[in-house]
Amino acid sequence: MIPFDFEYDRPGTVGEALTVFRQLDAEQKNPMFFGGGTEIISMARMGNVKTGAVVDLKAIPECRVFEYDKDRLLIGSALTLSDLVEAKRFPLLDHTAGRVADHTMQCKITFGGNLASTIIYRETVLPLLLADAVVTVATQGGLRDYKITQIFRERLQLPRGEFIVRASIEKRWLSAPYIHVKKTKNEKVDYPLLTVACLKADDKIRMAFSGLLPYPFRDLQWENLMNDKSLSFPERAEQISALAAPHLLNNLDGSAEFRKFVLNNTLIKVLQTLKGV
Amino acid sequence: MFRIKEKSILHLNVNGEDREVVARPSDILLDTLRNQLALTGAKPGCENGDCGACTVIVDGWPIKSCLMLTAEAVGKKITTVEGLKNAPVQKAFIEKFAFQCGYCTSGFLMACHALAQKHPNPPDYVIDEWLQSNICRCTSYEEIGEAIRVVLSQKQ
Ligand SMILES: Cc1cc2nc3c(=O)[nH]c(=O)nc-3n(C[C@H](O)[C@H](O)[C@H](O)COP(=O)(O)OP(=O)(O)OC[C@H]3O[C@@H](n4cnc5c(N)ncnc54)[C@H](O)[C@@H]3O)c2cc1C
Ligand code: FES
Ligand code: FES
Repeated sequence: MIPFDFEYDRPGTVGEALTVFRQLDAEQKNPMFFGGGTEIISMARMGNVKTGAVVDLKAIPECRVFEYDKDRLLIGSALTLSDLVEAKRFPLLDHTAGRVADHTMQCKITFGGNLASTIIYRETVLPLLLADAVVTVATQGGLRDYKITQIFRERLQLPRGEFIVRASIEKRWLSAPYIHVKKTKNEKVDYPLLTVACLKADDKIRMAFSGLLPYPFRDLQWENLMNDKSLSFPERAEQISALAAPHLLNNLDGSAEFRKFVLNNTLIKVLQTLKGV
Repeated sequence: MFRIKEKSILHLNVNGEDREVVARPSDILLDTLRNQLALTGAKPGCENGDCGACTVIVDGWPIKSCLMLTAEAVGKKITTVEGLKNAPVQKAFIEKFAFQCGYCTSGFLMACHALAQKHPNPPDYVIDEWLQSNICRCTSYEEIGEAIRVVLSQKQ
């Protein structure tokens, strides 16, 4: 049971959502956009989130698109992770979404909710960082497109009252060679000790991580080392692990030392699988 | 726009019937099913999305009813274990002794029933992925796996 009351609004258009959010804000209801609600409900129950109103985005058609537009795939923010997995359109995203929480949770968690999550992992952003995704945001001035790196630095950075409508990816990334590895402490279904997602293009490996630091990221210095042909695979892995070591998360899921060990081995596996460069 | 400002009468479609409930916008579906409709098949366990004891089927998909608002379920078709009515998966659970204390059973039945409807012929890894959403403290996993495989083999 959630120990407090809030109002529930389910707008049918982007405009209605923006307007109702602004009104609720003016009424000091501290409204929240609501995707799958898994995080809002679980945190509200524990008293970690307090809101006077939720604005459910799932009935807005623009947030539910999953279609091609010329050379891009459009992915609506209100699609569930199982919508992504079942459709099998962007294999790296399918694999990433298919390892977030468990299958039944994937039927409820939305793509937009995972990107905007306050929980540190936000694993579905990894393919977007690699494929130079463009994110369409609903703003008071209309829909605006941003490069993913403009609005996602460690976490989603949107002004209050704006929300993600969809992301889009150039078609060429959909068939690029990829690998996704998620390592957990013990059970298969768990938060990541480390998740790495990689795409290979123009003979170069791109890679992004979750679980290593308190936010997901892509690091170009690490990528340069990963693609340095003058080094052997173990040398590349070792140099990246050494760079990472001082910053690695050290918590109940795994010590920093253990994460470094897992990172090193995982990078070698990635290089072998993608046949180096 | 659909809006609920306070405790009000909501219309839910549960097990093929239109039902009226009185719910706050912040009420979760699990509590409404149990306390207002006396459908106690969905069980409270962790109430945090971890155990799967509260699983129901919403528009064909298994959903943890502890993480769904009652308000969200308006306009959707909800099936609880009470709505299965001698489904093949129930028979298979009995034949394979796929339960001990039974607390997790309704959640597993709903996940298995949804799987059989959505993917009548799934590869093994898909069966494993779906079943990993539920926890059985009595560790009947082996028998539960056998039961769902019996149902799926009958579908082929
Ligand atoms: C049991 C369990 C296991 C989990 N395991 C993992 C895991 O392995 N990996 C992982 O990455 N995460 C994991 N999570 C976290 C989970 O991914 C988040 O709870 C989930 O992604 C939130 O998605 P949602 O659609 O339910 O969002 P909601 O709860 O609806 O919202 C989450 C946040 O996003 C905001 N929001 C929602 N939609 C939008 C939008 N379109 N635009 C802007 N803001 C928006 C909301 O205002 C809120 O602040 C787990 C959670 C649970 C409960
Ligand atoms: S009670 Fe819902 S998942 Fe445990
Ligand atoms: S039979 Fe007891 S918890 Fe599963």
